[in-house]
Amino acid sequence: MCTTCGCGIGPARINGKTLQWHQHPDKPLLYRPFEHTHSHKNIQVPIFGQFPNTVQRKTNSTYSHVPDLSQTRIIKIERDILTKNNHYAAKNRRYFSRHGIFVLNLLSSPGSGKTTLLVKTLQMLQNQLPIAVIEGDQQTDHDAARIRATGVPVIQINTGKGCHLSAQMINQAIQQLPMMNNSLLFIENVGNLVCPSAFDLGEAHKVVILSVTEGEDKPLKYPDMFHVADLMLLNKCDLLPYLVFNIDLATNYAQRIHPDLPVIELSAIQSTGMSSWISWILAGYRRAAITT
Amino acid sequence: MHEMSLAENIVQLIEEAARQQSFTIVKTVWLEIGQLACVEQASLRFYFDVVTQGSIAYQAKLEIIEIAGQAICKECKLKIPIASYYEVCPHCRCCNWQITAGDCMRIKELEVA
Repeated sequence: MCTTCGCGIGPARINGKTLQWHQHPDKPLLYRPFEHTHSHKNIQVPIFGQFPNTVQRKTNSTYSHVPDLSQTRIIKIERDILTKNNHYAAKNRRYFSRHGIFVLNLLSSPGSGKTTLLVKTLQMLQNQLPIAVIEGDQQTDHDAARIRATGVPVIQINTGKGCHLSAQMINQAIQQLPMMNNSLLFIENVGNLVCPSAFDLGEAHKVVILSVTEGEDKPLKYPDMFHVADLMLLNKCDLLPYLVFNIDLATNYAQRIHPDLPVIELSAIQSTGMSSWISWILAGYRRAAITT
Repeated sequence: MHEMSLAENIVQLIEEAARQQSFTIVKTVWLEIGQLACVEQASLRFYFDVVTQGSIAYQAKLEIIEIAGQAICKECKLKIPIASYYEVCPHCRCCNWQITAGDCMRIKELEVA
């Protein structure tokens, strides 16, 4: 959300640079300043029956400079609210498919160990295949720095006050991220177990990470995320001896929301259970790859 | 708080329609929001009021038509009402069902002048 005008797009930044679509030349206070730069002289007057998908309400008054509020018509729109996001997601998906890029969107609440898991995963895979990372956070490039230290190319998107990555942000990021054909791309979404679930980025799979320090009932409390995920990783399992956490119950809750949701138990920091996760990635990667 | 993004998307779609269909005032916006859609209606109403300020929809009344959640149970093949993702089939008690309605969020129509 923009702190100048309150809109939710800016000041999103990619690698510290403001995204192109957002400008505030004169710092208006409103979300969208009323644009009264147009002329009313040749304005097209709506006439009954002119627009095929409209229904005229009242027609007994003439058109004037100020629209006559008694003369209204109904316009059928019938469009998904996320039409624009879905358009960019489809565009991204076509690009990924054309280049054989296997894309995983990593989702979780803050502090579940996404970045640690990602760093460990990169270290295990980076000598086998080309990888790139898009990092999403509201502020800072701390996570990108951790990824960069592994030698893997990374782009940091800062969403400002925004609570999720959008397909348009990913579209801009991939134009700046050098990726070879048949790459693996990880998108680490903003830490948030609610909002990112609604936004398709064009990924092959959404992967939700739940750490055992969070409580078994998170899938029931935040069902949308577990409903859209294709895999659940149960992280920090090395801490189980010190916690009251029932893995079977957590799995049961997740599979109540999403029957047959595969669950992999692991500890990124202790490198246990990582082989199942790596095998899952490689299986998807091989399916997505193109022959060149 | 992604309802702010949703409200912005609604305004963008309205402005697109305004350009195509030449209207300058929006009086009413009808949305269809599914019971299972990831939308908090009170929050959406709040952000709708915020983001429509200064747009052609600044006077618009927001009407939300709630679409009931519906699914087909994959086990017993019956149509079932579903209000949340953790419900079980009332007939066979399984949770293996496929949503058939109620996960949408759409702009249905506008009343314009």
